[in-house]
Amino acid sequence: MSKGVVVIGAGHAAGALAAALRSGGYTGSIVLVGAEPLLPYQRPPLSKAFLRGEAGPDDLLLRPAAFYAEKAIELRLSTRVEAIDRAAASVLLDKGAVLPYETLVLATGSRLRALTVPGVDSRGVLELRTAADAEAIKARIGAGRRLVIVGGGYIGLEVAASARALGTEVTVVEREARLLARVASQPLSDFFARCHAEHGVTVLLGAVVAGFEAQDGAVSGVRLADGRVLPCDVAVVGIGALANDSLAAAAGLTCRDGVVVDAQARTEDPAVFAIGDCTQRPVAQYGRSLRLESVPNALEQAKQAAAAICGKPAPKPEAPWFWSDQYDVRLQIAGLALDVAQQVVRGDPAGARFAVFHLDAGGHLQALEAVNSSGEFVAARQWVAARQVIDPLRAADMSLMVKQIVDPAALASAAASTA
Amino acid sequence: MPRVTYIESSGVRHEIEVPLGLSVMRGAVDNGVPGIDADCGGECACATCHVYVDPAWLAATGTPGEMEQSMLGFAALARENSRLGCQIPISAALDGLVVTMPEGQH
Repeated sequence: MSKGVVVIGAGHAAGALAAALRSGGYTGSIVLVGAEPLLPYQRPPLSKAFLRGEAGPDDLLLRPAAFYAEKAIELRLSTRVEAIDRAAASVLLDKGAVLPYETLVLATGSRLRALTVPGVDSRGVLELRTAADAEAIKARIGAGRRLVIVGGGYIGLEVAASARALGTEVTVVEREARLLARVASQPLSDFFARCHAEHGVTVLLGAVVAGFEAQDGAVSGVRLADGRVLPCDVAVVGIGALANDSLAAAAGLTCRDGVVVDAQARTEDPAVFAIGDCTQRPVAQYGRSLRLESVPNALEQAKQAAAAICGKPAPKPEAPWFWSDQYDVRLQIAGLALDVAQQVVRGDPAGARFAVFHLDAGGHLQALEAVNSSGEFVAARQWVAARQVIDPLRAADMSLMVKQIVDPAALASAAASTA
Repeated sequence: MPRVTYIESSGVRHEIEVPLGLSVMRGAVDNGVPGIDADCGGECACATCHVYVDPAWLAATGTPGEMEQSMLGFAALARENSRLGCQIPISAALDGLVVTMPEGQH
């Protein structure tokens, strides 16, 4: 068998890479090794349409099974990789097989941070990472059931919204003083706290979980550090994720909260790439290296690696972006709110339609958080990528249309100065 | 099964049979038609399944919803006949539909 590309992982990044290799003209063998039994699938719907029963397993698939057969992409599912032997250019599989590679791609993703408190092993204390996890949660929520969510991040809040839609009684426990503390601005945190409360969710901020109470091995309540006990039938823990980088580290590749890669998704070993949640990658626009957990990041790095493997020019860098759907709220974020000197709110959070502009000391748009404001979001993706200077007064001025925020005269002079 | 013709910006044509109920975006992605990225998987969040609908088919494909409209309003290469492929479900009435992809989705 010819040695081609071996991909460790068969998630969103891996599936996108395999497709990009074939559309880029790669003719060698492609093998995806995945621990889960499923074809590459999309995780974002797990906490939303899938949990609500509006999308089934087939709707999750990135592409149908026929696609992989037609494109000669081999899938080794329900299979784990035990070790990488870089000297021999091969990987050792759990079933004892050895898979040689010419190019290796790590797409191992991330795992959920474990909560180490007494009772966490009780039945009904769940997490949400895989389709199987989502099935387990789905089977335990609904009218008359009580759900406690530990962690007020995106996953927790999306699960809360979906569980409410099914009539579940929901409490969210967050140890920080606000929701989405690591990943969103204060105005957004305040908005979502109010939004969830209005939908009947009990939101407890600054609340620390001390343990889980159980009856006959099944969770019956969540005990807080202040002694309160929140009775429940099921608990979901979502307190952040960690890079799956131990295979890479054991193979001697540099890892620093993720496998360290360059702007082409290549590790220090020219035959080894890494893409997606498991990487620590340069984000040139912000002059630093970061680990990004998002689908757009996985797709961008899949394109970078595919271009490098196919010997094509590197794709142009993309501004990072994210999205989240909760109830009838569509949140879209363009860029990263780093080095922010000034925040400007456009619109009225009380009307559930607003955007938060994040500007650095020079007035450049670093990030924009858009709530039910898709126009602002799409415009901001271009502005962030172009390092556009934004006038805070114009940004906040609702009498201007989005297109008028950056005034044509300023654009013309900026173009002239860079020409 | 309705047939949809996807034309790459370079002019390469792909004639694809798309099952009823799937979207124009899904028909392209499932068959490996290049030029439609669909980063968000069809949630109308990313505007990377942008297509130009052949003018003869504009009436049959209907008008974009509010969210789609606001996303398209700022898409880099938007034109009068721009749509997001994920927002056009394939029906029997769209048998023969022709769409063209823009030069880029990002």
